[in-house]
Amino acid sequence: MAVLQLEEITMEFGGLRALDLVDIKVEEQQIYGIIGPNGAGKTTLFNIITGIYLPTGGKVIFKDCLLNKMHPWDVARQGIGRTFQNIRLFNKLSVLDNVRVGSHGVSKSGFFGSMLGLPSSRREEKMIVEKAEHLLELVGLGEKKLEYADNLAYGEQRRLEIARAMALNPSLLLLDEPAAGMNSTEKVELMDLIWKIRNEMQLTIILVEHDMNLVMNICEQIAVLDYGRKIADGPPEVVKNDERVIQSYLGAEA
Amino acid sequence: MIWQQLLNGLTLGSTYALIALGYTMVYGIIQLINFAHGEIYMIGAFVGLFLVVNTGLNIGVALLGAMAFCMVLGMLVELIAYRPLRGRASRLSGIISAIGVSIFLSTLMVLIAQTNTRRYPDIFNIQTFQVGDLQVSSLQVIILVVATLLMIGLQLLVQKTRVGKAMRACSQDLEAAYLMGINVNRIISFTFAIGSALAAAGGVMVGIYYNAVWPYMGTMAGLKAFAAAILGGIGSIPGAMIGGLTLGVLEILGVAFLSSSYKDAIAFGILILVLIIRPQGIMGQKITKKV
Amino acid sequence: MDALISQYIDPYYLRILMLIGINIILALGLNLITGVTGQLSMGHAGFMSIGAYTSAILSMQMGSPFFLSLLAGAMVAAFFGFLIGIPTLRLEGDYLAMVTIGFAEIIRVFFLNFEPGGKAVGLSGIPQNTTFVLVWTLVIIIIILNAKLLSSRIGRAFYAIRENEIAAEASGINSTRLKVLAFTAGSFLAGLGGGLYAHYMYFIRPQDFAFMKSIELLNMVVLGGMGSIPGTILGSVILTLLPEMLRIVAEYRLLFYGALLVILMIFRPNGLLGDVRVYDIKKKLQGKKVGLWQSSN
Ligand SMILES: Nc1ncnc2c1ncn2[C@@H]1O[C@H](COP(=O)(O)OP(=O)(O)O)[C@@H](O)[C@H]1O
Ligand SMILES: [Mg+2]
Repeated sequence: MAVLQLEEITMEFGGLRALDLVDIKVEEQQIYGIIGPNGAGKTTLFNIITGIYLPTGGKVIFKDCLLNKMHPWDVARQGIGRTFQNIRLFNKLSVLDNVRVGSHGVSKSGFFGSMLGLPSSRREEKMIVEKAEHLLELVGLGEKKLEYADNLAYGEQRRLEIARAMALNPSLLLLDEPAAGMNSTEKVELMDLIWKIRNEMQLTIILVEHDMNLVMNICEQIAVLDYGRKIADGPPEVVKNDERVIQSYLGAEA
Repeated sequence: MIWQQLLNGLTLGSTYALIALGYTMVYGIIQLINFAHGEIYMIGAFVGLFLVVNTGLNIGVALLGAMAFCMVLGMLVELIAYRPLRGRASRLSGIISAIGVSIFLSTLMVLIAQTNTRRYPDIFNIQTFQVGDLQVSSLQVIILVVATLLMIGLQLLVQKTRVGKAMRACSQDLEAAYLMGINVNRIISFTFAIGSALAAAGGVMVGIYYNAVWPYMGTMAGLKAFAAAILGGIGSIPGAMIGGLTLGVLEILGVAFLSSSYKDAIAFGILILVLIIRPQGIMGQKITKKV
Repeated sequence: MDALISQYIDPYYLRILMLIGINIILALGLNLITGVTGQLSMGHAGFMSIGAYTSAILSMQMGSPFFLSLLAGAMVAAFFGFLIGIPTLRLEGDYLAMVTIGFAEIIRVFFLNFEPGGKAVGLSGIPQNTTFVLVWTLVIIIIILNAKLLSSRIGRAFYAIRENEIAAEASGINSTRLKVLAFTAGSFLAGLGGGLYAHYMYFIRPQDFAFMKSIELLNMVVLGGMGSIPGTILGSVILTLLPEMLRIVAEYRLLFYGALLVILMIFRPNGLLGDVRVYDIKKKLQGKKVGLWQSSN
């Protein structure tokens, strides 16, 4: 049974058709890659899954639940975490607080509980901090937890975004170009991290990435978008050798 | 009766439109609510008055004089109070700075001219025509004609000239415009100059029409004109014109048919309703924010 | 206690201390909305006036006990904050600013025409129940509750909305709900401050709560540093004292005030204490070695 199923997703901005009848099926605990040239519609697809854009047509089905008209926060609470291509951190909050905010969707303390410091809130707060610190260790930012987020280096910011998304205890994690701007050492570390996250936490990951080496290495299934249309999908070996993919995307790179 | 109100409303509305244009142009380019704009309008009214009374200039020349003066003033304000903030401060800092300028200018005017209301001398020989049931004063005609001419002029400037093209580029995407080699600072400065000149024209004409000029006249007029700009769709030049006219007409109708004691509340009530129903304003386009 | 205080403190200074306290309460309310959650409100005085008039009318015309009037004023203001917040907080920054200005103006015009509120003349003879001890007790309680709130799950969500609304939503934060919450809570404090003000001043008029008053309150929040409690307190103290100190230059007072705002924004656009954290100061002082400081902004 697929965790996430996109059926005939179409998205139009004014006259521009950014996505055209895209079908995608992601299985439980898969690492699924989405590749394609700039402007192909990859980020738009993420924005549709996470409820930021309302698709012009088609269905987003996550674990038998139709997400189409849900608010972004409700989608998040269903267990879908994400990172952003153009990093979106809470710049003037500490690194630790960024991750703590990430737990919002899976915690409960209300206005009065928080303000009056009721025991239940305090207990929850303790758990939130522990989880956040654990996640920061996991992504290698334990030392920097008190820095402002915007004081971090670029690669660190990308990892912080992953930690924040993980704080939501997601069962599906969407990563939008997580390796962009990283050097090759950082990329290898990132690959390990993604592996580790998937295996330890048993979640499903969808990855948008331009680095073919990384994608082919790590993804079990890949879809290729071009001008809003899915032109191929399948395991890396199949996609790598697909005629149209080579023509419109891979060929251009090589 | 209704036609009479409509005419009065259009007259008032055309002055709102003149002020609203300055707000919308500046906002379109640097996303700043220029709270000092109302004070520029007020100072325009004073300069016009000063020229007419103290130098005996013809009112047309005085109008141009006021416009020229405010052009320089607008550019100065931008240079001193806004430019240093650009790129390194939040939008809120810009707004606070604008409020600072607004307080400064209106207080300055109080020090110079005291708080009492002044009047343009009775030199205009205003005539009133009877057109059917309609009472049309020559002043209304002049205001409508001048306002229309200025707005046509602005449209031509923005649509047909090089500098207008640069202005449009800047309001589309300031950074891209900069990368394309447009001297962004000059364009912004120019935008302030044009907006301020239009506001000054509005100030002089309102001063004559309502026969009153005083240092705090800019506050409420400025707020309402900004409301008009939003009503029309902020950033849109035709929107500011339509917003201004709409607001003027609705305000006069509201006063005529409801109550004059709620005059100042009417404009804002309309604005709030419109924003709730159609957040992008009358002429604004609904865009999906890019994420 | 109050008798003791008024024996030892000069009435002039006492008055200033009272006003500082009331302004801190008002500004902390606005800080919650604008400083912390990032929703620019330029009509805080409107909510203040609702609290002031409601409580004054209850006290004077219904014979309600002071504390009940005060609470009712705050509740009514909060209710209006809630009511206005729901449809308008979806609006983007500057539109919201305009709506809040508009709403405050409508309130003012309403009171200008409101018979029980004495129309333009206003209300006078409000019982002077607001005491020094009461004001400062409330100030302390509100500061403590505010601090607790801001370092909690809800407070962090407020900051997150200010910092990046889309990322906040992707973390499961219902931004609409939380903005309305911040607006309601902020309006509650505005109403409370308004009630204290009315029962201190003896006499209120609609123009006491005009646009300029909202701006003054906004300046307190911005001057000290957006979203910071110490900053807001500092801003309130300075901007309450400043006009008194500028009294020597009487008519130039506002001229200085205006110029000061511009200069401040040029040289410290984030306010005096904006961005200043104990953690960073310590780090600077001792190189890289930093103790474990729990700092939530
Ligand atoms: N909010 C929006 N409004 C208008 N056009 C958009 C918007 N978001 C994306 N687009 C357009 O949709 C296309 C796909 O963009 P995107 O999904 O960001 O591509 P990718 O992530 O594959 O590089 C682009 O042409 C882009 O300009
Ligand atoms: Mg993209």
